[in-house]
Amino acid sequence: MKPDSGSIERELRQFLDDNFILDGGAERLDREESLTQAGVLDSMGVLELIMFIEERFGVQVPDEDTLPENLDSVARVVAYVERRLAEAAAA
Amino acid sequence: MTAPAKTATSFGPHVLRLPDPDATIAEIAEGMRRAARGFRRRGGVVGLSGGVDSSVVAALAARAFGPDNVLGVMMPEADSSEDTLALSRLAAEAAGITTVLENITPILDGAGAYRRRDEAIRRVVPRYGPGWKVKLVLPSVIESESYRIFSLVARSPDGEEVKARLPLEAYLQVVAATNFKQRTRKMVEYYHADRLNYVVLGTPNRLEYDQGFFVKNGDGAADVKPIAHLYKSQVYQLAEVLGVPEEIRSRPPTTDTYSLPQSQEEFYFSLPYDRMDLCLYAVDHEVPAAEVAAALSLTEEQVERVFADIASKRRVSRYLHAAPLLVAET
Repeated sequence: MKPDSGSIERELRQFLDDNFILDGGAERLDREESLTQAGVLDSMGVLELIMFIEERFGVQVPDEDTLPENLDSVARVVAYVERRLAEAAAA
Repeated sequence: MTAPAKTATSFGPHVLRLPDPDATIAEIAEGMRRAARGFRRRGGVVGLSGGVDSSVVAALAARAFGPDNVLGVMMPEADSSEDTLALSRLAAEAAGITTVLENITPILDGAGAYRRRDEAIRRVVPRYGPGWKVKLVLPSVIESESYRIFSLVARSPDGEEVKARLPLEAYLQVVAATNFKQRTRKMVEYYHADRLNYVVLGTPNRLEYDQGFFVKNGDGAADVKPIAHLYKSQVYQLAEVLGVPEEIRSRPPTTDTYSLPQSQEEFYFSLPYDRMDLCLYAVDHEVPAAEVAAALSLTEEQVERVFADIASKRRVSRYLHAAPLLVAET
């Protein structure tokens, strides 16, 4: 079953907490807050985030999509995953 | 994207010009002598790479300790470029120092450095094998907003080139295996320093030191870092005054770490060194992005991206600079 935005967000916040924040702080991240500016993601973290998206949701993140507009906040990641899932379903 | 700003500016390469390079050389030499005296050591060891930084450090060391008290160590390995040795010898001759040649390939082989690296590369390029050459490259900060994620470029013996994004584990293993090179070189330098009762001289310039362009406990290790406060442009200025040969001064900086030729911009920095120097200066002196953009013929957006990249590298380099922490300090 295709995950809804609520479950994508919950899993994403859990991933951020487990990998980068470690103290439950991901719950307090504002949906629109820049993950880079907040010090959550660096370039290595982006690689981990891409791996998480590809493995957990089964969508490929091509090089041309590795942009802040797709990955630099909780809201953007959720929207990106939803869009890629919809594209995969339509294909 | 906005067009490059064209306003008149007082900001430009002149801000980095050392007013009195001879005085700078004298100050550095005195600082090196003070450091060696403090450590009760009587000379210096420098790893020669054929690049301008190590050549300048060798020449400064000759001024500081006298050429007879400086040893240049040349440490090529299987992936070193062909001109590394010849340029290192030129630097040593110009400085009047003695050299020793230490081919580190057998040590790296013994440590499994090449095998471990190749195993990680084959996870991305299964056909990779003998005769292939590789390098890691980053997307340009100037040309796109894309995150700076490394890709592997591999070239087959018949010239076919493959480019692939590295998954995290493969990337970390390639870097970890390659770091054996810098750590082995430092181990060899310390062998000679201990044998001769010399200090080990580090060769990072300010850009490298500030931005973490070094391997922790590899080329980041040293007893004294004589040019870590100098922008790369200033290192070139001193190189000329110190008589570093033209062949070395005119060679574009490379990493000389991977088997395919790799510029420092491809691997680490956003811009060629002279423009990178100015951006770093601008960040440290709060020069507005618009002024920097005008001086470098870039857009403000591009300069802002370089500024952000500088800040991001500073965050990452905190770990590289950190000495071991005691529990009470954590």
